[in-house]
Amino acid sequence: MNPIYSRRRRKDFVIRGLCMAAAAFGVTWLALILITLLYNGIAGLNLEIFVADTPPPGSTEGGLRNAIVGSIIMTVLGVGIGAPLGLFAGTYLAEYGRNDKLTSVIRFINDILLSAPSIIIGLFIYGAVVVPMRGFSAIAGSLALAVIVIPVVLRTTEDMLLLVPNALREAASALGLPRSLVIKRIAYRAARSGLITGVLLATARVAGETAPLLFTALSNQFFSLGLNKTMANLPVTINNFVQSPYAYWKQLAWSGALLITITVLALNIGARILGAERTAK
Amino acid sequence: MAVQSDIIDDAGPYDRAKALSAFKLGDVTFYWITRLSAISVLLILGGIIVSLIVGAFPAIKEYGLSFLWTQRWAPSADPPVLGALGPMYGTLVTSFIAMLIAIPVGLGIAIFLTELCPQWLRRPIGMAIELLAGIPSIIYGMWGFFVLGPFLANTFQPFMIKIFDGVPVLGAIFAGPPSYLSLFNSALILAIMVLPFITSISVDVFKTVPPVLKEAAYGVGCTTWEVVRSVVIPYTRVGVIGGVMLALGRALGETMAVTFIIGNSFRISGSIFAPGTTISAAIASEFAESDGLHQSGLILLGLLLFVLTFFVLAAARLMLMRLEKKAGN
Repeated sequence: MNPIYSRRRRKDFVIRGLCMAAAAFGVTWLALILITLLYNGIAGLNLEIFVADTPPPGSTEGGLRNAIVGSIIMTVLGVGIGAPLGLFAGTYLAEYGRNDKLTSVIRFINDILLSAPSIIIGLFIYGAVVVPMRGFSAIAGSLALAVIVIPVVLRTTEDMLLLVPNALREAASALGLPRSLVIKRIAYRAARSGLITGVLLATARVAGETAPLLFTALSNQFFSLGLNKTMANLPVTINNFVQSPYAYWKQLAWSGALLITITVLALNIGARILGAERTAK
Repeated sequence: MAVQSDIIDDAGPYDRAKALSAFKLGDVTFYWITRLSAISVLLILGGIIVSLIVGAFPAIKEYGLSFLWTQRWAPSADPPVLGALGPMYGTLVTSFIAMLIAIPVGLGIAIFLTELCPQWLRRPIGMAIELLAGIPSIIYGMWGFFVLGPFLANTFQPFMIKIFDGVPVLGAIFAGPPSYLSLFNSALILAIMVLPFITSISVDVFKTVPPVLKEAAYGVGCTTWEVVRSVVIPYTRVGVIGGVMLALGRALGETMAVTFIIGNSFRISGSIFAPGTTISAAIASEFAESDGLHQSGLILLGLLLFVLTFFVLAAARLMLMRLEKKAGN
């Protein structure tokens, strides 16, 4: 064979090999992280975690009940505040302002907020909510999470509504349906699974967020449901426990980490399956 | 059917004028709800900028521009001496090393997924890579601290020191006592964290290459690598750079993972195996216990980080938008 041909072939072969190695590298990391989590976390995973509160330093009993409940409350509140705002804003971008100058500005800013460092969001809420309210609170934590939710939901809502064929809207308008009802009854229905995907992705994103909670909701050693007080939450509890010298705290941190990761990955996979169904149609 | 009867019920049976005015009111209300929600995005950005500037103002007044090139960070001194050089250095170095690792690997995976991978394997592997982006950053931090750190300190660093011992510049880069907490450990974790962003955007933009172009190149006898290098990458260059910038924006601002493993040391050391700090790690580990000028200094660090990531992300978006326009034509 011509030497140039064999050289080109060798080069191609090597680079194909490197690309496969890169893919294997990426998948290996995921596997390694999951295995470590399972190995360290499963030992401490028992009923006590869900029924007992976080223990004081040095104690060898206790669970994560207050942190789990706190995390659920703040995530639900954050998504509850952020998702409708993101949904309506996305609706404006896709339905009313398609050729608007305002739309392109908002879309651009939203894309930046989507990737903005979450610690900056924490600083913002600290300055805007914690300082005026004179204290760390669960509501500040929820607002910080809501600010993270809005761009995610806005983006998916806009994308999904733009996928709805215009013929559907035109047909509805031709029957005399006013614009708001065309959107609410036709466009939303056609894009429903996509919209749910966006909310699920946003929930997954904030469920594991730690940085914005560090100085908004802080943490709390005790069970608390008050929204104007500090509230325990899983990420910050893990953060505090894992670097402690107490073996039992460390064990709890690993179990908490396993719980969070399973939840977040399940939400992600659920969102993706729902999203795939939609594009397959 | 349900739709129709609802509307008629809402509007009352025959009163046409009433029904129309109810429609009109609903229309206007809904329009303004959505419009105000959309504008709230701008308000959030404005709020972030204003609150950071207000919080940082005392520190700006006290230190001025010298904040940028002072290395000393002594919040408990009287008066406190604060300088951003250490965290800025750490932020830039860790992100740089992370991109050095993540760009080739991320592109390699994208090429594998679009050109080489058998169809049935595409979805599982693509999903696995995207799930890497879903894992909370605190988990990466724990993993880096308990698994990667010991490995680097006990195995990898002694190995590198042995190889580069005596070599002028490289020797110093790898020198130092083994430590779990280091710039290199953080950079490696950052690389894994931004990998999915580079891969998924590259896969998306690679898909915009018209098949005819690739088929023509294969037709004249190009190998897969030649098609990728001479057709796919030139066609999608702007988009790939946009994806890389987006990943860089993430790496610059990543907080929790880095806070665990960087060691929070404000001294600048030449070795990448020495502890350091980044802007976000400094804020995360000190902010809750800070007050007065110290706190204002930390907010000023946050402002610097925000400005930095804002420009990087804005550049990324502009590049991706340019590619979208091209794909639309």
